[in-house]
Amino acid sequence: MAFLEIKNLHVEVEDKKILNGLTLTIEKGQVAAIMGPNGSGKSTLSYVLAGKDNYNVTEGEILLNGESILDMAPDVRAAKGIFLAFQYPVEVPGVATMTFLRTALNAQRKTRGEPEFSTPDFIKLVRDTSAKLGISQEMLRRSVNVGFSGGEKKRNEILQMAILQPSLAVLDETDSGLDIDALKIVAEGVNALRSPERSMIVITHYQRLLDYIVPDVVHVLAKGKVVKTGGKELALELEASGYAQFGGEAA
Amino acid sequence: MPAVQETVDRVRQIDVDQYKYGFVTDIESEKAPIGLSEDTVRYISAKKNEPAWMLEWRLEAFRRWLTMREPTWARVDYPKIDYQNAYYYSAPKKKPQLSSLDEVDPQILETYKKLGIPLREQEMLAGVVRPEGERRVAVDAVFDSVSVATTFKEELKRAGVIFMPMSEAIQEHPDLVKKYLCSVVPVNDNYFATLNSAVFSDGSFVYIPPGVRCPMELSTYFRINEANTGQFERTLIIADKGAYVSYLEGCTAPMRDENQLHAAVVELVTHDDAEIKYSTVQNWYPGDADGKGGIFNFVTKRGDCRGKNSKISWTQVETGSAITWKYPSCILRGDNSRGEFYSIAISNGRQQVDSGTKMIHLGKNTTSRIISKGISAGKSNNTYRGLVTAHRKATNARNFTNCDSLLIGDQCGAHTVPYIEAKNSSAVFEHEASTSKISEDMLFYCRQRGMSAEEATALVVNGFVKDVLQQLPMEFAVEAQKLISISLEGSVG
Repeated sequence: MAFLEIKNLHVEVEDKKILNGLTLTIEKGQVAAIMGPNGSGKSTLSYVLAGKDNYNVTEGEILLNGESILDMAPDVRAAKGIFLAFQYPVEVPGVATMTFLRTALNAQRKTRGEPEFSTPDFIKLVRDTSAKLGISQEMLRRSVNVGFSGGEKKRNEILQMAILQPSLAVLDETDSGLDIDALKIVAEGVNALRSPERSMIVITHYQRLLDYIVPDVVHVLAKGKVVKTGGKELALELEASGYAQFGGEAA
Repeated sequence: MPAVQETVDRVRQIDVDQYKYGFVTDIESEKAPIGLSEDTVRYISAKKNEPAWMLEWRLEAFRRWLTMREPTWARVDYPKIDYQNAYYYSAPKKKPQLSSLDEVDPQILETYKKLGIPLREQEMLAGVVRPEGERRVAVDAVFDSVSVATTFKEELKRAGVIFMPMSEAIQEHPDLVKKYLCSVVPVNDNYFATLNSAVFSDGSFVYIPPGVRCPMELSTYFRINEANTGQFERTLIIADKGAYVSYLEGCTAPMRDENQLHAAVVELVTHDDAEIKYSTVQNWYPGDADGKGGIFNFVTKRGDCRGKNSKISWTQVETGSAITWKYPSCILRGDNSRGEFYSIAISNGRQQVDSGTKMIHLGKNTTSRIISKGISAGKSNNTYRGLVTAHRKATNARNFTNCDSLLIGDQCGAHTVPYIEAKNSSAVFEHEASTSKISEDMLFYCRQRGMSAEEATALVVNGFVKDVLQQLPMEFAVEAQKLISISLEGSVG
């Protein structure tokens, strides 16, 4: 049984059809890149996996470890191990990043019936993890994403991922808005989390990110379905030939 | 915000329409005849054994009141109040004089215990040793129209602090009462204040002598228990030169289908270099989800920074009442005086809140700061109404105002009505305002990380009000945080 199975998925957003019979399988421990032109449904796929409201599944199925997740609330899916690194991380004014992390972690643990982290253990965990990502203690005291630079926001997403230890991480255009140095830091953070126990879906428009996070498999998405699947070299081909061959607009 | 988790647990334990404090204490009480007339005023005055000057003063207020009209400018809508169909005085039957808490009716003590109010002197009397360094709070408990217990009286007395029910102060310190009563809120100030002057029955009186820092927090808990009874308390706090006091006020009432009137007057006076910090956690019964019942809260609160370098700070957390009409204000008379107003006003269900402040700059180099956070949910309406003025001689007056409103759902309303008036060209007034909806994106972000809808809302709202919560004394801040989540229960889809 595959870890994640998406079968013939049809999704509408505000009566507009975005996904059109998307079928995709992700194995345990696999890092899959999803590439595609603008409007091909990449971000929609990430939101549907995470369970965002108003993304209506009209047909098809998503199975995680053989279990359908379609009727699960977003927080239940999170507790099951689904993590979405947002393309545009949201600001939460007045809530310190540290508090946010702890509330999230303990909420997940409670849903899974695990005991809450003690404060000293939690602080140690965050301190060790944030140091690796170049996140200062000062940044942890600031409100979530408020006044963060683009690079800080993305690093904060990876920090959350490292703390929450998901079994399926979906990275939605994590490279957007990053300069090359920030991109390297983020990619290193992601690579450090690669594990046989963790699958990743890396959504990106450009091949550049995949130089740093090398995928096991590349899927090309166009008009709401997977149109081509290949190895990491497929990304390079796309870089050369563009998305026009799949009927999408040029990148 | 370490209490978030705890808050959420509390919320879960409570059903939507359940107001935790909605119980009634079954206790015999003595009431004035129903209705309002000169006889009612005389009855109250006689019950309190008041001197003739006090009765005269009340009667004059009553006569004034008869000529006045209820104000209609606030953004609140309620059925006409029938002033003749209410009781204006209700007292638990008790022994005439109490020397200690032992003699207070155990039913009443039980009520305060249920409310979670620590009348700790009780424990002290019973020989319970409290941990070293724990902060103590002296409490005055007002049950319907009378004060039933004031704790730590002796210890405060040694510091020279007077903390007693208003009715006792009229007897024991008539000179102070005569000098200060109505010196901040004139008898004819407004309809509800005038009504209060005629029929007020009790409340707290505080006097801090020159140079004294009050050794503990002072606190009054108001409880309306009887049906159809209005509560009209009167509080007067004076901080003499260089004195400091922090005062807390809490209020609750049983759930009743009819509306009850609460019209209080609070007056604060600070002399040179003195400071008063006044905090309120208002949790009167707000009525049910359809707007049935609940307290009408028409309150006049005003502080007078009479001396130079004096300071008055109001902090309020307003979660209760069907109607709230309340504008704690500062008159910045002394040079270099400072006024502050920090407010969290939460409305849910059919609650209507019209609240804000007035900062009246009269002296030179006076400063004021207003931070108001309004949160509307359900079908409620929440209005901030504020006035900032600098008079002709108020050279270098400074004000900073920040008004933020947060909307939860799409059937509630938030309104901001700031009035700004500067008659001195050196005045600098700043006003910032924002209205935001608790965004779906923010909630989704939190939920994607594992928080339930309630947890996510509690986290976002606590973040929104953080600036104000920080102003509350520690023990109140935790309480207030819980209250905020409970008030918003049922507001998320």
